[in-house]
Amino acid sequence: MKSSHQIELTAGLFLLLAIAALIFLAMQATDRGVASGPTYEVSASFSNVGGLKPRAKVSMGGVTVGMVERITLDPDTFDARVVMRISERFDNLPEDTSASILTAGILGDQYVGLEPGGSPESLRDGDTIMITNSAVVLEQLIGRYLFNTDGDEQ
Amino acid sequence: MSPNSTGNRLFDRPLRELGRALLFLFTAISRMRFSRLQVAETLRQVYFAGVRSLVIIVTCGFFVGLVLTLQTYDTLTRFGAGDAVSTVLALSLFRELGPVLTALLFAGRAGTSITAEIGLMRATEQLDALDLMAIDPMERIVQPRLIAGLIAVPALVLIFNVTAIVGGVFFAVFLMGNDPVTFWSNMQASVELGRDFLGGMVKAVAFGFLAAWLAVWFGWSARPTSEGVALATTQTVIATAITVLILDFVLSAFML
Amino acid sequence: MTHTEAAIELRNVTVELGGRTILENLDLVIPAGKVTAVMGPSGAGKTTVLRLITGQIRPDSGEVRVGDTRVDQLSGKALNRFRREIGVLLQNGALFTDLTCFDNVALPLREHTELPETLIRRLVLLKLQMVGLRGAAGLYPRELSGGMNRRVATARAMALDPSIMLYDEPFAGLDPISLGVSLRLIRDINHALGITSIVITHDVDEVAHLADQCAIIADRQLMASGSPAELADSDNPLVRQFMQGLPDGPVPFHYPADDLAADLLAAEKQQ
Repeated sequence: MKSSHQIELTAGLFLLLAIAALIFLAMQATDRGVASGPTYEVSASFSNVGGLKPRAKVSMGGVTVGMVERITLDPDTFDARVVMRISERFDNLPEDTSASILTAGILGDQYVGLEPGGSPESLRDGDTIMITNSAVVLEQLIGRYLFNTDGDEQ
Repeated sequence: MSPNSTGNRLFDRPLRELGRALLFLFTAISRMRFSRLQVAETLRQVYFAGVRSLVIIVTCGFFVGLVLTLQTYDTLTRFGAGDAVSTVLALSLFRELGPVLTALLFAGRAGTSITAEIGLMRATEQLDALDLMAIDPMERIVQPRLIAGLIAVPALVLIFNVTAIVGGVFFAVFLMGNDPVTFWSNMQASVELGRDFLGGMVKAVAFGFLAAWLAVWFGWSARPTSEGVALATTQTVIATAITVLILDFVLSAFML
Repeated sequence: MTHTEAAIELRNVTVELGGRTILENLDLVIPAGKVTAVMGPSGAGKTTVLRLITGQIRPDSGEVRVGDTRVDQLSGKALNRFRREIGVLLQNGALFTDLTCFDNVALPLREHTELPETLIRRLVLLKLQMVGLRGAAGLYPRELSGGMNRRVATARAMALDPSIMLYDEPFAGLDPISLGVSLRLIRDINHALGITSIVITHDVDEVAHLADQCAIIADRQLMASGSPAELADSDNPLVRQFMQGLPDGPVPFHYPADDLAADLLAAEKQQ
């Protein structure tokens, strides 16, 4: 039988061990997201966002720079409006950066890919990305292919 | 009993049992007191429930991580997606396997011993003795064990998850020679702190509460004989296993 | 009958548990400052009497009075305050198995008093000295014999200096030496401290040595009361059977059954 002093000490050590595990898992194994630090918002309009969802990645040159905050439908133009949160670390993206909705691999998630432009001005909080490429919808591609073959035969 | 309940004989007894268990829980919570003696006793129970479950948790955690990685790695490489193994490992651990397996192991190791301890206290009149000394057994016996379960299970889940990931690293990196950087970065890229990790910890707290409550209740309500105590420990394991899996489904459905 | 002040009075008490009547209109008076033995055949409701006095169960009707207190009306904090005034030795001592003897005896003191640890230590050692087990202070209950366990439990029950001590079957399963020790201990405590002692038992011979007053409970009622000598000379057949340990009498040897011959013949017919 251990003395009560030893028992309390061991119980304390046990809890410390658990806290160490918590810190390890929180730091090492999870994505605190780019959104954990300070961020700024930019938005972009797409005629079609396909399967893009909130929390999807926003990347530039393969590096994650932010994530999709929310997707709404513009009531006037009926375009999809995608609001993105970009990390403050990437505060020098050119103003004429273009955004495309891309797919990671054939079966992967959809994400927003940014292509830098050449403007000396940078994107600021609340700015809108003007140049956008909508998502490629597989059904439309197939439809267009079928239509074209149809036309050739006639 | 009212006449319409005789028609539901099948449900009558379990329902009354459930009602009594709930009432017991409310009484225990309503009489909570946090004196220095209580805190010391709770810490002692954290030792009995938590530290003494460490060996089984660490061993099982390591091998679960190992075998999970082995199986998914084998399958994923057929689709050329071997890199995703750390994603599968971390997501299934954090969301499901960590909390559920830990709760089941806890019920088997600590839950049964809590039930047997309280059942024996009942059988050897120790609970009566407390009562006669004007010491509330709810406060002195039940409360520290409930809170200890609430603390120990999440702590054990964290430790289980870490050892399982270590098992996964052992297989994927050391045995299969995968790139450790890819392993970790894939894991980090796919696991969200909020939804996946903290969601799992919410489950851990809920399961800890459930397991401790059932263990204490079955001990408390055990018939004060050797058979009664033996039966009660069995009931603790069965009841915890069933309710944890049901609650897991409900919580998962809410979280996704 | 002696005419001392009554410490405990049960008046017209009826108790029903699980649809069975345990006690019916029981009247029992326990005099102050004396050792009273409550006897009776197994299952006659002796322990129920003890649980009535401690307030663990309430009578379905009737009054339970301890001093000026109506125990059957107490609850919550008042009941807890009352219980500090009584000491109870349960059947097997009911020591806490994960505490040492010292900590067992210290528990009520630590719980109910604000005394400094040095004073608690002194009090505990004195109580253990009283039951002759000061040397076992650091041992766990499992390291002691059953008789010693009960003595430690007696010390624990005495920790808050109660005015009434209740002993539930203190002699069951003791060897002759431990039994002698227990007898002397109960007497000494009673005489030295002038408290009221109640011993629940069915050991007739021991009672003759110990008790000033006896009450026999049988058949849900108080069957007889008086000094041990008075009861030994009683004409009541049940009291005689009980006091002399006769195998057959008003309490039959056989459980109620059909005629033996008829039963045996029926068994043969079945074959």
